[in-house]
Amino acid sequence: MRRSMLFIPGNTPNLVVNSPYLGADAIIFDLEDAVSPGEKDAARILVRNTLRYLDLGGQETIVRINAIDTDYWQKDVEEMVAQGPDLLMLPKSSRPEDVRTVDEAITRAEERAGARRRIRLMPLIETALGVENAYAVATASPRVAALFLGAEDLTADLRCQRTKEGREIEYARTRLVTAARAADIDVYDTPFTDVNDDEGAWRDVETARALGFTGKASISPRHIQAINTVFSPSQEEVDYAYEVMEAIRMAKEQGRGAIALRGKMIDAPIVARARRTLEMAREIGMERSEA
Amino acid sequence: MAEIVRKAAAGTLESSDVYVEIAPGEAGIDLELESVVKEQFGQAIEQVVRQVLQEQGVTCARIRLVDRGALDCVIRARVETAIVRGGE
Amino acid sequence: MQGKVVGSIREAIVLSGLRSGMTVSFHHHLRNGDYVLNLVMEQIAALGIDHLTVHASSLFDIHAPLLDHIKSHVVTKIQTDYMSARLGRAISEGAMEEPVEFRTHGGRPSAIETGAAPIDVAFIAAPASDSMGNCSGKYGKSACGSLGYAFPDAMHAKKVVVITDNLVPYPLVGWSIPETYVDYVVAVDAIGDPAGIVSGTTQITRDPIGLMMASYAVRVIQHSGLLKDGFSFQTGAGGASLAAAKFLKDVMVREQIRGSFGLGGITGYLVDMLREGCFETLLDVQCFDLKAVESIRTDPRHMEISASHYASPTVRSSAVDHLDVVILGATEVDTDFNVNVHTDSGGSIMGGSGGHSDTAAGAKLAMIIAPLFRARLPIVTDRVTCISTPGRDIDVLVTQAGIAVNPRQPELQDRLKQAGLPVVPIEELKTAAEKVTGVPTRPAHGNRAVAKVISRTGELLDTIYNIPRR
Repeated sequence: MRRSMLFIPGNTPNLVVNSPYLGADAIIFDLEDAVSPGEKDAARILVRNTLRYLDLGGQETIVRINAIDTDYWQKDVEEMVAQGPDLLMLPKSSRPEDVRTVDEAITRAEERAGARRRIRLMPLIETALGVENAYAVATASPRVAALFLGAEDLTADLRCQRTKEGREIEYARTRLVTAARAADIDVYDTPFTDVNDDEGAWRDVETARALGFTGKASISPRHIQAINTVFSPSQEEVDYAYEVMEAIRMAKEQGRGAIALRGKMIDAPIVARARRTLEMAREIGMERSEA
Repeated sequence: MAEIVRKAAAGTLESSDVYVEIAPGEAGIDLELESVVKEQFGQAIEQVVRQVLQEQGVTCARIRLVDRGALDCVIRARVETAIVRGGE
Repeated sequence: MQGKVVGSIREAIVLSGLRSGMTVSFHHHLRNGDYVLNLVMEQIAALGIDHLTVHASSLFDIHAPLLDHIKSHVVTKIQTDYMSARLGRAISEGAMEEPVEFRTHGGRPSAIETGAAPIDVAFIAAPASDSMGNCSGKYGKSACGSLGYAFPDAMHAKKVVVITDNLVPYPLVGWSIPETYVDYVVAVDAIGDPAGIVSGTTQITRDPIGLMMASYAVRVIQHSGLLKDGFSFQTGAGGASLAAAKFLKDVMVREQIRGSFGLGGITGYLVDMLREGCFETLLDVQCFDLKAVESIRTDPRHMEISASHYASPTVRSSAVDHLDVVILGATEVDTDFNVNVHTDSGGSIMGGSGGHSDTAAGAKLAMIIAPLFRARLPIVTDRVTCISTPGRDIDVLVTQAGIAVNPRQPELQDRLKQAGLPVVPIEELKTAAEKVTGVPTRPAHGNRAVAKVISRTGELLDTIYNIPRR
């Protein structure tokens, strides 16, 4: 289960070594924007050694490599793959070819490293072209596990202001959710960047959930709790899911086809949703409330 | 085998980091360690530095570390970065 | 009116009758900006008086000239509640023959009042005084707010000298310490450096680990059962503690909880809590920043209290005994919950109890906030280098990697577990840290005692030994 993803600057030892304790479901070691050109080598070597030698307690790890229009990305792929993070995040994924290029480089690196596990990819959609190509990018490789929206670069490309309300990215958000769901993969919303505006952060997280995102990234640990809370099922949702499963069981026992609960027909999508809810509830240790 | 051909540095003086300076040496490894946890971890740090030097095939260098409580993985990374930057 | 004003510090010393072998006292509200202790000791040395005991509520690095007075035997004994790292290092390396006696902010006034640690001449640094010695910390260019720690000195020393850089006409309205206790008044150019006395605005920490711990700390308070109308609270001035105060304020405002009082060293964050209705009153023994100083001067709900009123165990009652929750720091905590705030883990003195063990003993919930490891040194050890506060008085340790509850508090443990907080045995925190940092070698120390740690009620708690010279 991955609700929250926290960006950790790749060349900051204090944050890197403390990353397991910041409450996020996944951590993103950033080799791209958070690292200056003169320190790309140092960050890459630090993240590689951290993945190899530090016990991160089984936490899911993602590495944001540099974009394919830079001189760094191939070395990033080569060195990261050997240490087996769970995913690589590819910035400025605009076309399916971009993803395939990286996919092939990963495959070669995996063969050389004798990797046992296939590393997955999370394209970062942050250009107008990327938004328009979202479905093609999502289906460009079986490695693609999720799409991730990056609103800062996108709004620059769209030539509009990035606002807290986010009207300028409404289209991109719904487009990405639709493309990802059509491709049957996860989809993550852009970070809320004002670390001092807790209320704004909660609102933004709630918007993301309402639109259908799987979760959301953050640049500050302060927003992680909001993300985890909002993207977890509520007690009512968990209780309802239990009721749904119970109603199905009883209907089966009684040999009935159509099932109604609280005066509403239960169809396949409701059951699927209930299953997902219960799966998440189990992972975060939620139980049915006592009746 | 890596040869150190120029003076190079890596890391910072921030907490949990280590600043490493490497330079061509005359004979063998000349290691100088300053650390806020020297009493508690001095030997362990020196051991890991020598191990990285060996792994990278550096047999002759002057290396100076100013440690602010870096973990082994950070020490390894900074020493390796310094070698890459100072090596041929 | 000439009154008690004398021409110089030197003259006041002579008039006070100070002789070799006596005890002089100082208070620390001017913190690392204090000029008074150095000015006085310089004159004492010039007068050829020696073998003195310096009896201070705290000593800071600005007081480093003391080391010269120790060398020349002007000072042969120190009693204090706190000593910062530079002085502490010298003492740890064996600068003094006689061990330093550490007390607590409550134990010190108790020892003064009961006669266990009497004072011959008290020197009171006063940001404002009139010619008769009615004095206050609230006014003037060196304003420091409360003068709480100076009260027992003024009330019980044989002679009392007020030293001010802001002599005002008699009577000073709004005095803290009245003329009834004062023998002499001296005016000087400056009693301190304002930059070192109080900080400007103390910024909330941006360190993610600190914020993580602060948010756990507030959740512990929320689920402790103590956060309700009438709530009382104290917190330190460390980054994570201040963040906890800020987050706690948000919770109290949102849930409309009206607390009773905030206590202790007061920061702007507690002033904010007062202003937003989280407390009825602040009880202030020392101000940490400009906002606190401004508040104690202008807001009648912000009360100055003496060190005895704050924390003495031998007065009829004191404020710490009414405290619900206190948040404290630590350099080490052991698996029996004993806390060290006197030395670093190399054994070098760099602090002291201050009000640590007083508030821990008094509060219903005494919480330590500390990172799992600090610059590669695990916080949890098998045995602390020095026991500053005994484990029986500590209820919870909050780290970024989990929360350990003292087994003496099974009910609290259940509450926190039920609230979904990551409660773990304290041994697990030690293991988790050592897995990341490696197991530190325990530095060897010598066998000469350099300091004695005396509990708030006067018993010997622990002894600090010398360490090798650097």
